[in-house]
Amino acid sequence: MNVIQQAVVVALVVVGSFFLLVGTIGLLRLPDVYNRMHATSKATTIGAASMFVAGFVYYGPQGAGLTSIVGVAFLFITAPTGAHLISRSAQKMGVPFFGDDTSWPEEKDEPGSN
Amino acid sequence: MASELTGVFALIVNAGLVIASALTLLASYRVIEGPTVPDRVVALDTIGTNVVAIAVLFALVTGEGLFVTVSLVLAIIGFISTIAVSQYVIEGDIIE
Repeated sequence: MNVIQQAVVVALVVVGSFFLLVGTIGLLRLPDVYNRMHATSKATTIGAASMFVAGFVYYGPQGAGLTSIVGVAFLFITAPTGAHLISRSAQKMGVPFFGDDTSWPEEKDEPGSN
Repeated sequence: MASELTGVFALIVNAGLVIASALTLLASYRVIEGPTVPDRVVALDTIGTNVVAIAVLFALVTGEGLFVTVSLVLAIIGFISTIAVSQYVIEGDIIE
């Protein structure tokens, strides 16, 4: 493995560790379940995807590197879906917002609307 | 594949592994303490993503490409478990 490849892998690992750190700090410090979901679903997804790209650079376009690219696509599809489902279930459970300034938009009482 | 990692490369990748592991332990605080059930689900989802990153970093450290596949399987299991728990919380049932 040559020097440029090592440097790119090191840079991607550093960026991924930074985003994982930011996401976990947001999970621990933010006041509300919606804010926490917002922080973790973006930052930790970018962090893990950066680790996957580091794996792609390390292993090349065959074998484990190809699995890494599939992992990036899978994370980018499934992480927003899971976060949306969690926030939707939190709303249906009646978890309130932090503070009084925000509220859900008015739901129209149409038949067939959820 | 280079089995002996050299110098700065091994140091940085090992440091990333330690950081990701420590963050996984810190996220378990929110699992235990979190006021509502969706807090715990969000924290478990974060732990799942962190474990995926740990598996990829372990594949880089050891040079075993198999652990990338392990991380992909962990990502799939985390997504399915998140969907199952959120459905169970609001519906009281997963498959009716």
